[in-house]
Amino acid sequence: MATMHTRSIARLMMAPSVILLLGWMLIPLSMTLYFSFLRYNLLMPGMEDWAGVFNYEYFVTDPAFVTALVNTLVLVGSVLVISVGGGLLMALLLNQPIFGQGIVRLLVIAPFFVMPTVSALVWKNMFMHPVYGLFASLAHGLGLPAIDWLSSAPLLSIILIVSWQWLPFAALILLTALQSLDEEQMEAAEMDGASAVRRFAHITLPHLARAITVVILIETIFLLSVFAEILVTTSGGPGYDSTNLSYLIYTQALLQFDVGGASAGGIIAVILANIVAIFLIRLIGKNLET
Amino acid sequence: MGNIRLSNVSKTFGTQEVIRDLNLNIEDGEFVVFVGPSGCGKSTLLRLIAGLEDVSDGRIEINGADVTDLAPARRGLSMVFQSYALYPHMSVRSNIAFPLRMAGLDKAAIDRKVAEAARVLNLTDYLTRKPRQLSGGQRQRVAIGRAIVREPTAFLFDEPLSNLDAALRVNMRLEISELHQQLGTTMIYVTHDQIEAMTMADKIVVLNKGVVEQVGSPMELYRTPANLFVAGFIGSPRMNFINGNEAAKVGASVIGVRPEHMTMSPDDGRWCGEVGVAEHLGSDTFLHVKVDGIGQITARAPGEIDLRHGEKIFLSPEPGKMHLFGQNGEIVSASGAVS
Ligand SMILES: Nc1ncnc2c1ncn2[C@@H]1O[C@H](COP(=O)(O)OP(=O)(O)O)[C@@H](O)[C@H]1O
Ligand SMILES: [Mg+2]
Repeated sequence: MATMHTRSIARLMMAPSVILLLGWMLIPLSMTLYFSFLRYNLLMPGMEDWAGVFNYEYFVTDPAFVTALVNTLVLVGSVLVISVGGGLLMALLLNQPIFGQGIVRLLVIAPFFVMPTVSALVWKNMFMHPVYGLFASLAHGLGLPAIDWLSSAPLLSIILIVSWQWLPFAALILLTALQSLDEEQMEAAEMDGASAVRRFAHITLPHLARAITVVILIETIFLLSVFAEILVTTSGGPGYDSTNLSYLIYTQALLQFDVGGASAGGIIAVILANIVAIFLIRLIGKNLET
Repeated sequence: MGNIRLSNVSKTFGTQEVIRDLNLNIEDGEFVVFVGPSGCGKSTLLRLIAGLEDVSDGRIEINGADVTDLAPARRGLSMVFQSYALYPHMSVRSNIAFPLRMAGLDKAAIDRKVAEAARVLNLTDYLTRKPRQLSGGQRQRVAIGRAIVREPTAFLFDEPLSNLDAALRVNMRLEISELHQQLGTTMIYVTHDQIEAMTMADKIVVLNKGVVEQVGSPMELYRTPANLFVAGFIGSPRMNFINGNEAAKVGASVIGVRPEHMTMSPDDGRWCGEVGVAEHLGSDTFLHVKVDGIGQITARAPGEIDLRHGEKIFLSPEPGKMHLFGQNGEIVSASGAVS
């Protein structure tokens, strides 16, 4: 139990970091908010004036906006499903005593250490390339025509690349959680007559609930702002087929030099992220309670 | 029916032989306690019976049927683990109901059995709680509840009381003994505590380094230990062992006398010594007496005895209560008749 005294000291001690973090967050946020109400284009410097909600209207009524919004949600959702599902399988496998366990675990974790741009380039040129790619060679080997992944299934390609990056993260977190599962609980369930599948459903999954929640929350935060992978591979195309919100904001700001419009997009993205966060916390946050 | 027979059972982990060629017969309805020092293979033996470990060699029969290769769930045994192994995310009710749900019973039957078990174990008020909201003793009872609803052929307990405080341990000891009286089911109970073994068992199996040293009722082991190990392990405080010349005089390698089988006298007796520490327990006093040429001997004296440090005292073994052991540590003359 903290006394009044220790609590106020604690507040005082925390103040510098809290103030720093708040400033770090609030200043850019309020500047973005301010810019989003200006007619502010870098091609016409010195002509900034008040634009009201025009930037928002413009951004939202852009046909690309809805596409980007849907793409963002599809990307986040699919990568979550693939990485959590696959990560769970992988963690279960890695938790078995196998020969060369250390090396295998290291290899599985490796993709997480590869920079997004690098891994996207590797995928683009070595796997998905219609001429030199591994997938193309495989298709040829089977007597099938090669698929140009990045232009015929751009969003799916991005999803695959991003999933490949996040699978190790999920597997690693879930593996540590699995290792903390009390062996005697599993044995008790075994003696209680639960089959392997039911042991998984009744003991393992509930034990992992908290870790899965953490994985979903952390991944969602990062997946909402996937950018490098798109820039390096498809550049959002063809058309807007693989453009997500952060990429759309980038095209606004840096390709069309429209700072006002991009700021409005940024604010919309912040609002979207908050809606997703509230929704997630409502849905699964109760798992985090002790 | 709950007859369990182990024939020539061995278990090795890698190169380490944990259980060696063990034979044991457990009768229906018996309360059998496996007792021995830590690491002697008690848990391993229990887990072999449960089916949680495979035997390296030998045969296990339950009610005459060979179960050596049968899965744990099919052996009809229930186990209470040392850590209780309750399912933390389930309520007490769901924990107790779990084996019944796995067995596919209908809801009405499950509810009836859970209510009955909760009543027997005084858990009715706690059915909606989660395990972490319970005290140690209550968790213990939930673990027992989960074991009894299955109506097993036999119960297996692995040091179930070792996580409880001393007072609670005495209570739960009684409760488990009472449960055994009520149910009449075979129980196998593992402990390293010889007091638990003495107070609860119909039959004690003393294990040492994976080998059965002796099997018998508590009083048999107390009166006629088969060897030095059992003699030293059963009984508290420990039996006095005297070797050297004194032992050679009676033709033995070691003489054993329990502290409670010593008579004391201020002026006459077999061994003369000086009182070292006197431990006053109220009901008894344990005297640690330094005897010349023999060493330290513990003797039990009445509670009210008034002896001071350094006082001279004579100790003699009660007639017929001396145990003589040979070179190999085996008994040569039970309750040795000594000249
Ligand atoms: N799974 C295992 N792998 C290797 N050695 C084990 C295993 N389980 C137990 N042992 C060894 O077997 C011996 C007996 O263990 P155990 O049956 O747990 O002893 P007790 O319950 O009597 O204290 C110990 O030396 C322990 O190290
Ligand atoms: Mg043990």
